[in-house]
Amino acid sequence: MPIIKQKDYKTWKKFDRKRDLQNWLCWFLGTLIFSFCFGLISSKTIWFYVFDSHNEALDLLGRMFPPETNYFFTLIKPIWDTLNIATIGTTIGTLIAIPLAFLSANNTTPSKKFLRPLALFCIVSSRSINSVIWALLLVAVVGPGVLAGIIAIGLRSIGFCGKLLYEAIEEIDENQIEAIEATGANKAQIMTFGIVPQILPAFTSISIYRWDINIREATVVGLVGAGGIGIELDAQIGDLAWAKVSVILLTIVVAVVFSEWITAKIRKAII
Amino acid sequence: MNDKKVIWKRKPLIKNRLLRIGLILIISTYLLSVFLTTEIDWQRILEGIPRGKNFIFAFFPPDFITRSDEILAGIFESLWMTIVATIVGILISIPVSLGAAKNIAPKFVYFLSRGVITLSRSFQEVILAIFFVKLMGFGPFAGMVTLSLSTIGFFAKLLSEDIEDINKSQAEAIKSTGSSWFQWVNYGVQPQVMPRFIGLSLYRLDINFRESAVIGIVGGGGIGSTLNTAFDRYEFETAAAVLIVIISIVMIVEYTSSHLRKLIK
Repeated sequence: MPIIKQKDYKTWKKFDRKRDLQNWLCWFLGTLIFSFCFGLISSKTIWFYVFDSHNEALDLLGRMFPPETNYFFTLIKPIWDTLNIATIGTTIGTLIAIPLAFLSANNTTPSKKFLRPLALFCIVSSRSINSVIWALLLVAVVGPGVLAGIIAIGLRSIGFCGKLLYEAIEEIDENQIEAIEATGANKAQIMTFGIVPQILPAFTSISIYRWDINIREATVVGLVGAGGIGIELDAQIGDLAWAKVSVILLTIVVAVVFSEWITAKIRKAII
Repeated sequence: MNDKKVIWKRKPLIKNRLLRIGLILIISTYLLSVFLTTEIDWQRILEGIPRGKNFIFAFFPPDFITRSDEILAGIFESLWMTIVATIVGILISIPVSLGAAKNIAPKFVYFLSRGVITLSRSFQEVILAIFFVKLMGFGPFAGMVTLSLSTIGFFAKLLSEDIEDINKSQAEAIKSTGSSWFQWVNYGVQPQVMPRFIGLSLYRLDINFRESAVIGIVGGGGIGSTLNTAFDRYEFETAAAVLIVIISIVMIVEYTSSHLRKLIK
């Protein structure tokens, strides 16, 4: 942090000249990249629609209010389905994630050369395909409905839970395992008495966290036909029944806030 | 008494016996009610298995060549969208995250900002995208707006938590020099949250690219549109190629972003 001498007084600046120049260059490059990308986007945009969008939005809001409150009662079954998709999906996902996590953790994997990369590949591909795309694929295989949603959410959860879990396994305390080993325990006993108790807190918090995310994701898998409240949303948007759409949106907000509140409560109770 | 063996048993996970049994009961009734209320059409599934097999085999071999122009165009569009949306989203989330930090903002601003964050977090990108596509027309602009808005919820929430955790004495030291509010934020708060800020931006860049694959399905432009078109044309070989491209790019982005984050730490 240089002090710069002017003629008869000193001033303080945060960076010296070189650092200033570097910062300026970074900003310049960043702005350049940004404007380049934005230029490409805007060349594909019909600006008339964009500038007209506030009228469109006001029109839409006008159609959405007042919400058709009676409609809420028909939503109860879809909400129940959404909840089930999230819960059962999370359960399936975490159950499959456990063996994968053990296979891909550096310290528990049986074969570093073959099984570990394979398990890691499963984890990454599950993570990189969004649940909507999974649902799109599964609706074609098992048909539209709750089951496709459950499997989609489950498959999507594997990657997330697996990744966090194997990181937790890699961070366990080796001394405890050695102590169990010293009693003459076999592999399975080491697992249940040495490793599992150490990762159990991480496992619970990961699955609760994923459940919270899955409630959100379960609201959209229905858009491609995989059950839950998304099916209703898709149908009502298709019907242009905006007063019903606003009820659905409000329900989703309430459900998400509620699930966030519940997970915070459970986490506090456990940890 | 002497020959009686002492057996050690592991402590149960939940100490209270009543609670333990109660939880098991609740969970089993829940599972039962799920099973009873969910209509699963086994007939359809049995039919679907051979169909699913054909469907999956239709993906092989992935066909990168026939539609390579469209795949490339889709990927680049997704990339531009991701970059612009991340930058715009972060620029908007800076004031929001300052507002959502308890130690900086007055009560009124705090609740307002928290409201914005909750709202942005409760809707999935796809739902937002449906509306923005309707308002602004098809194409990457709607996708960009969607991604920027959903960036706010994520970024502002995590950054505001970091701002709440700053070292107070450093910030106070700046204040005691008689700095203005902007100087105080710039010299007292910003340097403390900068590492987290960069880490979160990289992380969000990664997420936005992944999400850009989905919002294309509802008309938000990018690689998702290419994927959707491939599905609609029943060109599953092309769809497989798109999926593989998405997976590999996500892998590359994830590795570089996690590597960069480690470097910064």
